[in-house]
Amino acid sequence: MKKEEVPQDPGSLGKVTKEVCYATDESGKYTTELSQGWEVKTGALDVAWQDIAERVAAARAKVLRQEASPLLYFMELKLMDVGVLAGYTGFWKWQVRRHLRPAVFSKLSERKLRRYAEVFEVSVGDLNSLNVHEDRV
Amino acid sequence: MKIEFEHIQAAHCENGVTVSLLKNIGVQKITEPLAFGIGSGLFFTYIPLLKVNKGPAFAFRTMPGLIFKRTCRALGITVRRKRFRRKDKAQGYLDACLDAGHAVGCQVGVYYLPYFPKEYRFHFNAHNLIVYGKDQGRYLVSDPIMENPSTLSEHELERVRFARGVLAPRGQLYYPVAGKPITDELIRKGIRKGISRNIRDMLHIPGPIAGVSGIRFTGRRIKKWRNSMGLKQAGLYLAQLVRMQEEIGTGGGGFRYIYAAFLQEAYAYCPDEVLMEISASFTRSGDLWRTAAVQAAGIYKGRLGSQADFDQMGDYLLEIAELEKQSFMALSKITWTI
Repeated sequence: MKKEEVPQDPGSLGKVTKEVCYATDESGKYTTELSQGWEVKTGALDVAWQDIAERVAAARAKVLRQEASPLLYFMELKLMDVGVLAGYTGFWKWQVRRHLRPAVFSKLSERKLRRYAEVFEVSVGDLNSLNVHEDRV
Repeated sequence: MKIEFEHIQAAHCENGVTVSLLKNIGVQKITEPLAFGIGSGLFFTYIPLLKVNKGPAFAFRTMPGLIFKRTCRALGITVRRKRFRRKDKAQGYLDACLDAGHAVGCQVGVYYLPYFPKEYRFHFNAHNLIVYGKDQGRYLVSDPIMENPSTLSEHELERVRFARGVLAPRGQLYYPVAGKPITDELIRKGIRKGISRNIRDMLHIPGPIAGVSGIRFTGRRIKKWRNSMGLKQAGLYLAQLVRMQEEIGTGGGGFRYIYAAFLQEAYAYCPDEVLMEISASFTRSGDLWRTAAVQAAGIYKGRLGSQADFDQMGDYLLEIAELEKQSFMALSKITWTI
Protein backbone atom coordinates (compact mmCIF):
# COMPACT_ATOMS: atom_id res chain seq x y z
CA MET A 1 0.00 0.00 0.00
CA LYS A 2 1.27 3.44 -0.88
CA LYS A 3 1.28 6.22 1.64
CA GLU A 4 -1.37 8.23 -0.15
CA GLU A 5 -3.62 5.16 -0.40
CA VAL A 6 -3.96 4.82 3.37
CA PRO A 7 -7.71 5.08 3.90
CA GLN A 8 -9.08 8.10 5.73
CA ASP A 9 -12.74 7.20 6.23
CA PRO A 10 -14.01 8.58 9.53
CA GLY A 11 -15.10 5.68 11.76
CA SER A 12 -15.90 5.12 15.41
CA LEU A 13 -12.26 4.71 16.40
CA GLY A 14 -11.35 7.83 14.45
CA LYS A 15 -13.23 9.92 17.01
CA VAL A 16 -10.89 8.74 19.76
CA THR A 17 -7.57 8.06 18.08
CA LYS A 18 -5.94 7.54 14.73
CA GLU A 19 -4.29 4.27 13.84
CA VAL A 20 -0.72 3.77 12.71
CA CYS A 21 -0.42 2.11 9.29
CA TYR A 22 2.70 0.96 7.51
CA ALA A 23 2.87 2.14 3.92
CA THR A 24 5.48 2.88 1.27
CA ASP A 25 6.63 6.33 0.21
CA GLU A 26 7.53 7.47 -3.35
CA SER A 27 10.79 5.52 -3.39
CA GLY A 28 9.14 2.32 -2.12
CA LYS A 29 10.58 2.66 1.38
CA TYR A 30 8.31 1.87 4.32
CA THR A 31 7.16 4.62 6.67
CA THR A 32 4.17 5.05 8.94
CA GLU A 33 1.05 7.03 8.25
CA LEU A 34 -1.92 7.77 10.49
CA SER A 35 -5.29 6.51 9.34
CA GLN A 36 -8.70 7.76 10.45
CA GLY A 37 -10.37 4.48 9.63
CA TRP A 38 -11.49 2.40 6.71
CA GLU A 39 -15.03 2.05 5.41
CA VAL A 40 -14.61 -1.71 4.92
CA LYS A 41 -13.71 -2.15 8.60
CA THR A 42 -16.48 0.09 9.81
CA GLY A 43 -18.88 -2.00 7.75
CA ALA A 44 -17.68 -5.22 9.33
CA LEU A 45 -18.08 -3.74 12.79
CA ASP A 46 -21.59 -2.50 11.95
CA VAL A 47 -22.57 -5.98 10.81
CA ALA A 48 -21.31 -7.44 14.08
CA TRP A 49 -23.31 -4.90 16.13
CA GLN A 50 -26.45 -5.45 14.08
CA ASP A 51 -26.13 -9.15 14.79
CA ILE A 52 -25.75 -8.41 18.50
CA ALA A 53 -28.82 -6.15 18.47
CA GLU A 54 -30.84 -8.94 16.84
CA ARG A 55 -29.60 -11.47 19.36
CA VAL A 56 -30.49 -9.17 22.26
CA ALA A 57 -33.98 -8.61 20.89
CA ALA A 58 -34.46 -12.35 20.36
CA ALA A 59 -33.25 -13.04 23.90
CA ARG A 60 -35.65 -10.47 25.33
CA ALA A 61 -38.56 -12.04 23.50
CA LYS A 62 -37.54 -15.45 24.74
CA VAL A 63 -37.42 -14.24 28.33
CA LEU A 64 -40.84 -12.61 28.03
CA ARG A 65 -42.21 -15.89 26.66
CA GLN A 66 -40.82 -17.56 29.80
CA GLU A 67 -38.55 -19.77 27.73
CA ALA A 68 -35.40 -18.48 29.39
CA SER A 69 -34.52 -16.62 32.54
CA PRO A 70 -33.61 -12.90 32.46
CA LEU A 71 -29.95 -13.94 32.63
CA LEU A 72 -30.04 -14.74 28.91
CA TYR A 73 -31.09 -11.20 28.06
CA PHE A 74 -28.38 -9.57 30.16
CA MET A 75 -25.80 -12.07 28.94
CA GLU A 76 -26.45 -11.13 25.31
CA LEU A 77 -26.61 -7.45 26.21
CA LYS A 78 -23.16 -7.63 27.80
CA LEU A 79 -21.82 -9.73 24.88
CA MET A 80 -21.06 -12.57 27.27
CA ASP A 81 -21.29 -16.29 26.79
CA VAL A 82 -21.73 -18.85 29.54
CA GLY A 83 -17.97 -19.14 30.05
CA VAL A 84 -17.41 -15.41 30.49
CA LEU A 85 -20.41 -15.06 32.82
CA ALA A 86 -19.26 -18.01 34.88
CA GLY A 87 -15.82 -16.42 35.12
CA TYR A 88 -17.11 -13.08 36.38
CA THR A 89 -19.72 -14.46 38.79
CA GLY A 90 -17.63 -17.30 40.14
CA PHE A 91 -20.34 -19.87 39.43
CA TRP A 92 -19.56 -23.03 37.52
CA LYS A 93 -20.62 -23.13 33.88
CA TRP A 94 -23.17 -25.86 34.58
CA GLN A 95 -24.67 -23.71 37.31
CA VAL A 96 -25.05 -20.76 34.96
CA ARG A 97 -26.66 -23.01 32.36
CA ARG A 98 -29.08 -24.23 35.00
CA HIS A 99 -29.87 -20.70 36.12
CA LEU A 100 -30.85 -19.90 32.55
CA ARG A 101 -34.01 -21.95 33.11
CA PRO A 102 -36.86 -19.73 34.38
CA ALA A 103 -38.05 -22.28 36.94
CA VAL A 104 -34.61 -22.51 38.52
CA PHE A 105 -33.97 -18.78 38.30
CA SER A 106 -37.17 -17.90 40.16
CA LYS A 107 -35.97 -19.91 43.16
CA LEU A 108 -32.49 -18.36 43.35
CA SER A 109 -31.50 -16.83 46.66
CA GLU A 110 -31.10 -13.07 47.03
CA ARG A 111 -27.34 -13.54 47.42
CA LYS A 112 -26.95 -15.38 44.15
CA LEU A 113 -29.11 -12.84 42.36
CA ARG A 114 -26.91 -10.08 43.76
CA ARG A 115 -23.86 -11.75 42.29
CA TYR A 116 -25.42 -11.68 38.86
CA ALA A 117 -26.78 -8.16 39.29
CA GLU A 118 -23.34 -6.90 40.27
CA VAL A 119 -21.71 -8.34 37.15
CA PHE A 120 -24.43 -6.93 34.91
CA GLU A 121 -24.25 -3.60 36.77
CA VAL A 122 -27.99 -3.45 37.48
CA SER A 123 -30.06 -3.78 40.65
CA VAL A 124 -31.71 -7.06 41.56
CA GLY A 125 -35.08 -5.49 40.80
CA ASP A 126 -33.92 -4.51 37.32
CA LEU A 127 -32.57 -7.98 36.81
CA ASN A 128 -36.06 -9.36 37.18
CA SER A 129 -37.83 -6.66 35.22
CA LEU A 130 -35.26 -6.43 32.35
CA ASN A 131 -34.71 -2.76 33.01
CA VAL A 132 -31.58 -1.30 31.50
CA HIS A 133 -30.11 2.10 32.23
CA GLU A 134 -28.24 3.00 29.09
CA ASP A 135 -26.06 5.60 30.79
CA ARG A 136 -24.28 2.96 32.87
CA VAL A 137 -21.59 1.25 30.90
CA MET B 1 5.99 7.91 41.57
CA LYS B 2 6.50 8.66 37.95
CA ILE B 3 9.01 7.16 35.60
CA GLU B 4 10.46 9.13 32.73
CA PHE B 5 8.59 7.52 29.91
CA GLU B 6 8.01 8.35 26.29
CA HIS B 7 4.70 7.22 24.82
CA ILE B 8 5.05 5.55 21.41
CA GLN B 9 2.11 4.81 19.17
CA ALA B 10 2.29 1.58 17.22
CA ALA B 11 0.22 -0.37 14.71
CA HIS B 12 -0.09 -3.36 17.01
CA CYS B 13 -0.30 -3.42 20.79
CA GLU B 14 2.26 -6.08 21.57
CA ASN B 15 4.88 -4.69 19.17
CA GLY B 16 4.30 -1.29 20.69
CA VAL B 17 4.68 -2.55 24.24
CA THR B 18 7.88 -4.37 23.29
CA VAL B 19 9.39 -1.31 21.62
CA SER B 20 8.39 1.04 24.44
CA LEU B 21 9.56 -1.18 27.27
CA LEU B 22 12.91 -1.77 25.55
CA LYS B 23 13.35 1.96 24.85
CA ASN B 24 12.63 2.63 28.47
CA ILE B 25 15.60 0.53 29.55
CA GLY B 26 17.88 2.12 26.99
CA VAL B 27 17.58 -0.24 24.00
CA GLN B 28 17.02 2.24 21.19
CA LYS B 29 17.61 0.09 18.13
CA ILE B 30 14.48 -2.03 18.17
CA THR B 31 11.72 -0.55 16.01
CA GLU B 32 8.23 -1.93 15.64
CA PRO B 33 8.95 -3.89 12.43
CA LEU B 34 12.15 -5.30 13.92
CA ALA B 35 10.32 -6.47 17.04
CA PHE B 36 7.62 -8.04 14.88
CA GLY B 37 10.13 -9.82 12.63
CA ILE B 38 12.55 -10.98 15.32
CA GLY B 39 9.54 -12.19 17.31
CA SER B 40 8.29 -14.08 14.19
CA GLY B 41 4.92 -12.40 14.49
CA LEU B 42 3.44 -13.30 11.11
CA PHE B 43 1.08 -16.24 11.18
CA PHE B 44 -2.27 -17.52 10.07
CA THR B 45 -4.64 -20.04 11.52
CA TYR B 46 -8.30 -20.90 11.23
CA ILE B 47 -9.76 -23.17 13.86
CA PRO B 48 -13.13 -24.32 12.56
CA LEU B 49 -14.38 -25.80 15.82
CA LEU B 50 -13.53 -22.84 18.02
CA LYS B 51 -16.00 -19.96 18.15
CA VAL B 52 -15.21 -16.37 19.04
CA ASN B 53 -18.25 -14.16 19.66
CA LYS B 54 -20.30 -16.88 17.96
CA GLY B 55 -18.25 -16.59 14.76
CA PRO B 56 -15.25 -18.45 13.38
CA ALA B 57 -11.85 -18.09 15.03
CA PHE B 58 -9.01 -16.72 12.92
CA ALA B 59 -5.61 -15.49 13.98
CA PHE B 60 -3.19 -13.53 11.86
CA ARG B 61 -0.34 -13.47 14.33
CA THR B 62 1.41 -15.73 16.82
CA MET B 63 0.14 -16.44 20.31
CA PRO B 64 -0.06 -13.30 22.45
CA GLY B 65 3.06 -12.77 24.52
CA LEU B 66 5.44 -14.53 22.14
CA ILE B 67 6.62 -11.46 20.24
CA PHE B 68 7.85 -9.81 23.43
CA LYS B 69 9.34 -13.02 24.77
CA ARG B 70 11.22 -13.93 21.60
CA THR B 71 12.54 -10.44 20.93
CA CYS B 72 13.90 -10.14 24.47
CA ARG B 73 15.41 -13.60 24.31
CA ALA B 74 17.12 -12.85 21.00
CA LEU B 75 18.70 -9.78 22.59
CA GLY B 76 19.67 -11.64 25.75
CA ILE B 77 17.48 -9.48 27.99
CA THR B 78 15.97 -11.11 31.05
CA VAL B 79 12.21 -10.81 31.36
CA ARG B 80 10.23 -11.04 34.56
CA ARG B 81 6.67 -12.24 34.08
CA LYS B 82 4.07 -12.88 36.74
CA ARG B 83 0.45 -13.91 37.07
CA PHE B 84 -1.68 -13.62 40.17
CA ARG B 85 -4.45 -15.41 41.90
CA ARG B 86 -5.29 -12.56 44.25
CA LYS B 87 -6.18 -9.07 43.08
CA ASP B 88 -4.64 -7.25 46.05
CA LYS B 89 -1.32 -9.04 45.52
CA ALA B 90 -1.42 -8.13 41.82
CA GLN B 91 -1.82 -4.47 42.65
CA GLY B 92 0.80 -4.60 45.38
CA TYR B 93 3.32 -6.15 43.02
CA LEU B 94 2.58 -3.56 40.34
CA ASP B 95 3.04 -0.71 42.83
CA ALA B 96 6.33 -2.21 44.00
CA CYS B 97 7.57 -2.43 40.39
CA LEU B 98 6.67 1.20 39.75
CA ASP B 99 8.42 2.21 42.99
CA ALA B 100 11.50 0.38 41.79
CA GLY B 101 11.38 2.40 38.56
CA HIS B 102 10.17 -0.27 36.15
CA ALA B 103 7.54 0.53 33.56
CA VAL B 104 5.44 -2.61 33.33
CA GLY B 105 3.53 -4.30 30.51
CA CYS B 106 0.12 -5.68 31.42
CA GLN B 107 -2.15 -8.09 29.57
CA VAL B 108 -5.72 -6.81 29.80
CA GLY B 109 -9.21 -7.43 28.51
CA VAL B 110 -10.71 -4.60 26.46
CA TYR B 111 -14.37 -4.97 27.48
CA TYR B 112 -14.07 -2.71 30.51
CA LEU B 113 -11.34 -0.43 29.14
CA PRO B 114 -12.95 3.00 29.61
CA TYR B 115 -10.99 5.00 27.04
CA PHE B 116 -11.80 2.56 24.22
CA PRO B 117 -14.76 3.48 22.02
CA LYS B 118 -17.79 1.43 22.95
CA GLU B 119 -17.97 -0.14 19.49
CA TYR B 120 -14.66 -1.88 20.06
CA ARG B 121 -15.35 -3.27 23.49
CA PHE B 122 -15.74 -7.01 23.12
CA HIS B 123 -14.60 -9.68 25.55
CA PHE B 124 -11.17 -9.80 23.98
CA ASN B 125 -8.41 -10.50 26.47
CA ALA B 126 -5.14 -10.32 24.56
CA HIS B 127 -4.62 -6.57 24.60
CA ASN B 128 -1.43 -5.12 26.04
CA LEU B 129 -0.65 -1.79 27.63
CA ILE B 130 2.06 -0.23 29.75
CA VAL B 131 1.67 1.20 33.24
CA TYR B 132 4.43 3.71 33.89
CA GLY B 133 3.43 5.51 37.03
CA LYS B 134 0.82 6.45 39.57
CA ASP B 135 -0.38 9.96 40.20
CA GLN B 136 -2.93 10.84 42.90
CA GLY B 137 -4.29 7.32 42.99
CA ARG B 138 -4.61 6.99 39.22
CA TYR B 139 -2.35 4.80 37.11
CA LEU B 140 -0.59 6.41 34.17
CA VAL B 141 -1.17 4.20 31.18
CA SER B 142 0.52 4.15 27.80
CA ASP B 143 -1.61 2.17 25.37
CA PRO B 144 0.37 1.72 22.14
CA ILE B 145 -2.62 1.92 19.84
CA MET B 146 -3.75 5.28 21.26
CA GLU B 147 -2.24 8.57 20.14
CA ASN B 148 -1.84 9.83 23.70
CA PRO B 149 -1.28 8.29 27.13
CA SER B 150 -4.28 7.96 29.43
CA THR B 151 -5.01 7.20 33.07
CA LEU B 152 -7.01 4.50 34.86
CA SER B 153 -8.30 4.35 38.43
CA GLU B 154 -7.21 1.47 40.66
CA HIS B 155 -10.58 -0.17 40.23
CA GLU B 156 -10.60 0.22 36.45
CA LEU B 157 -7.12 -1.23 36.06
CA GLU B 158 -7.91 -4.13 38.37
CA ARG B 159 -11.04 -4.91 36.39
CA VAL B 160 -9.27 -5.09 33.03
CA ARG B 161 -6.32 -7.01 34.48
CA PHE B 162 -8.70 -9.59 35.87
CA ALA B 163 -10.99 -9.84 32.86
CA ARG B 164 -12.51 -13.29 32.47
CA GLY B 165 -13.18 -15.61 29.57
CA VAL B 166 -10.90 -17.06 26.89
CA LEU B 167 -7.20 -16.17 27.43
CA ALA B 168 -8.03 -14.55 30.79
CA PRO B 169 -5.03 -12.40 31.72
CA ARG B 170 -5.10 -13.29 35.44
CA GLY B 171 -3.31 -10.05 36.25
CA GLN B 172 -0.35 -10.95 34.08
CA LEU B 173 2.42 -8.38 34.03
CA TYR B 174 5.90 -8.46 32.53
CA TYR B 175 8.93 -6.25 32.18
CA PRO B 176 12.54 -6.47 31.05
CA VAL B 177 14.75 -6.43 34.11
CA ALA B 178 17.72 -4.41 32.88
CA GLY B 179 19.04 -3.00 29.64
CA LYS B 180 22.41 -3.72 28.11
CA PRO B 181 24.31 -2.54 25.07
CA ILE B 182 22.93 -4.18 21.94
CA THR B 183 25.36 -4.85 19.11
CA ASP B 184 24.40 -5.02 15.44
CA GLU B 185 25.71 -8.56 15.50
CA LEU B 186 23.06 -9.52 18.04
CA ILE B 187 20.31 -7.95 15.93
CA ARG B 188 21.57 -9.76 12.82
CA LYS B 189 21.37 -13.06 14.66
CA GLY B 190 17.89 -12.17 15.88
CA ILE B 191 16.76 -11.37 12.35
CA ARG B 192 18.07 -14.64 11.01
CA LYS B 193 16.47 -16.63 13.81
CA GLY B 194 13.21 -14.70 13.49
CA ILE B 195 12.95 -15.34 9.77
CA SER B 196 13.74 -19.03 9.99
CA ARG B 197 11.22 -19.50 12.81
CA ASN B 198 8.63 -17.71 10.71
CA ILE B 199 9.37 -20.00 7.77
CA ARG B 200 8.74 -22.95 10.06
CA ASP B 201 5.45 -21.51 11.33
CA MET B 202 4.09 -20.66 7.91
CA LEU B 203 5.34 -23.61 5.84
CA HIS B 204 6.05 -26.56 8.07
CA ILE B 205 3.35 -26.92 10.70
CA PRO B 206 1.64 -30.23 9.98
CA GLY B 207 -2.09 -30.26 9.38
CA PRO B 208 -4.31 -28.07 7.22
CA ILE B 209 -5.28 -25.24 9.57
CA ALA B 210 -2.06 -23.35 10.27
CA GLY B 211 0.29 -21.28 8.16
CA VAL B 212 0.06 -21.09 4.38
CA SER B 213 -2.03 -24.25 4.21
CA GLY B 214 -4.43 -22.61 6.68
CA ILE B 215 -5.00 -19.74 4.26
CA ARG B 216 -5.63 -22.20 1.44
CA PHE B 217 -7.98 -24.20 3.66
CA THR B 218 -9.94 -21.06 4.57
CA GLY B 219 -10.18 -20.09 0.90
CA ARG B 220 -11.65 -23.47 -0.02
CA ARG B 221 -14.02 -23.36 2.94
CA ILE B 222 -15.33 -19.90 2.05
CA LYS B 223 -16.47 -21.16 -1.34
CA LYS B 224 -18.77 -23.59 0.45
CA TRP B 225 -20.12 -21.17 3.05
CA ARG B 226 -22.94 -19.83 0.91
CA ASN B 227 -24.51 -23.22 0.40
CA SER B 228 -23.74 -24.68 3.79
CA MET B 229 -24.95 -21.86 6.03
CA GLY B 230 -26.93 -19.43 3.91
CA LEU B 231 -26.12 -15.94 2.73
CA LYS B 232 -26.76 -14.13 6.01
CA GLN B 233 -24.64 -16.35 8.23
CA ALA B 234 -21.88 -16.48 5.60
CA GLY B 235 -21.90 -12.68 5.56
CA LEU B 236 -21.48 -12.63 9.34
CA TYR B 237 -18.58 -15.04 9.08
CA LEU B 238 -16.88 -12.91 6.45
CA ALA B 239 -17.40 -9.79 8.56
CA GLN B 240 -15.70 -11.62 11.39
CA LEU B 241 -12.80 -12.51 9.07
CA VAL B 242 -12.39 -8.87 8.10
CA ARG B 243 -12.57 -7.70 11.71
CA MET B 244 -9.95 -10.21 12.75
CA GLN B 245 -7.89 -9.20 9.74
CA GLU B 246 -7.98 -5.45 9.88
CA GLU B 247 -9.00 -4.37 13.36
CA ILE B 248 -6.69 -2.91 15.93
CA GLY B 249 -4.74 -5.52 17.81
CA THR B 250 -4.93 -8.01 14.95
CA GLY B 251 -4.57 -6.84 11.38
CA GLY B 252 -3.83 -9.42 8.67
CA GLY B 253 -3.24 -7.02 5.80
CA GLY B 254 -1.53 -4.65 8.21
CA PHE B 255 0.73 -7.40 9.51
CA ARG B 256 1.91 -8.17 5.97
CA TYR B 257 2.94 -4.55 5.58
CA ILE B 258 4.76 -4.59 8.91
CA TYR B 259 6.57 -7.73 7.81
CA ALA B 260 7.51 -6.07 4.52
CA ALA B 261 8.85 -3.12 6.52
CA PHE B 262 10.78 -5.56 8.69
CA LEU B 263 12.46 -7.11 5.65
CA GLN B 264 13.51 -3.65 4.48
CA GLU B 265 15.02 -2.91 7.86
CA ALA B 266 16.62 -6.34 7.90
CA TYR B 267 18.28 -5.44 4.60
CA ALA B 268 20.08 -2.59 6.33
CA TYR B 269 21.66 -5.13 8.68
CA CYS B 270 22.16 -8.01 6.23
CA PRO B 271 22.42 -6.65 2.68
CA ASP B 272 20.99 -9.44 0.58
CA GLU B 273 18.89 -8.43 -2.42
CA VAL B 274 16.46 -11.27 -1.77
CA LEU B 275 15.21 -9.47 1.33
CA MET B 276 14.21 -6.43 -0.73
CA GLU B 277 12.50 -8.54 -3.39
CA ILE B 278 10.52 -10.49 -0.83
CA SER B 279 9.65 -7.29 0.99
CA ALA B 280 7.94 -6.18 -2.22
CA SER B 281 6.03 -9.44 -2.48
CA PHE B 282 4.77 -9.07 1.09
CA THR B 283 3.54 -5.62 0.15
CA ARG B 284 1.64 -7.30 -2.69
CA SER B 285 0.30 -9.88 -0.28
CA GLY B 286 -0.91 -7.12 2.06
CA ASP B 287 -2.61 -5.42 -0.89
CA LEU B 288 -4.29 -8.70 -1.81
CA TRP B 289 -5.60 -9.17 1.74
CA ARG B 290 -7.14 -5.74 1.47
CA THR B 291 -8.68 -6.51 -1.92
CA ALA B 292 -10.15 -9.63 -0.36
CA ALA B 293 -11.54 -7.53 2.49
CA VAL B 294 -13.23 -5.21 -0.02
CA GLN B 295 -14.77 -8.26 -1.71
CA ALA B 296 -15.98 -9.55 1.68
CA ALA B 297 -17.44 -6.12 2.45
CA GLY B 298 -19.41 -6.33 -0.79
CA ILE B 299 -20.93 -9.56 0.47
CA TYR B 300 -21.77 -8.56 4.03
CA LYS B 301 -23.16 -5.24 2.93
CA GLY B 302 -25.41 -7.01 0.44
CA ARG B 303 -23.88 -5.54 -2.72
CA LEU B 304 -22.64 -8.96 -3.83
CA GLY B 305 -24.00 -12.38 -2.98
CA SER B 306 -23.85 -14.88 -5.82
CA GLN B 307 -21.85 -18.08 -5.67
CA ALA B 308 -19.42 -16.51 -8.16
CA ASP B 309 -18.70 -13.77 -5.61
CA PHE B 310 -17.89 -16.34 -2.95
CA ASP B 311 -15.69 -18.23 -5.41
CA GLN B 312 -13.86 -15.01 -6.17
CA MET B 313 -13.39 -14.41 -2.42
CA GLY B 314 -12.00 -17.91 -1.96
CA ASP B 315 -9.71 -17.48 -4.97
CA TYR B 316 -8.20 -14.34 -3.46
CA LEU B 317 -7.18 -16.37 -0.43
CA LEU B 318 -5.77 -19.16 -2.59
CA GLU B 319 -3.74 -16.56 -4.46
CA ILE B 320 -2.45 -15.12 -1.19
CA ALA B 321 -1.53 -18.59 0.05
CA GLU B 322 0.49 -19.26 -3.09
CA LEU B 323 2.21 -15.87 -2.95
CA GLU B 324 3.17 -16.21 0.72
CA LYS B 325 4.36 -19.75 0.13
CA GLN B 326 6.68 -18.57 -2.65
CA SER B 327 7.90 -15.71 -0.46
CA PHE B 328 8.81 -17.91 2.48
CA MET B 329 10.42 -20.48 0.18
CA ALA B 330 12.60 -17.74 -1.25
CA LEU B 331 13.49 -16.58 2.27
CA SER B 332 14.44 -20.11 3.22
CA LYS B 333 16.98 -20.21 0.38
CA ILE B 334 18.98 -17.25 1.66
CA THR B 335 22.55 -18.18 2.50
CA TRP B 336 23.34 -16.28 5.65
CA THR B 337 26.84 -14.99 6.18
CA ILE B 338 26.40 -14.82 9.94
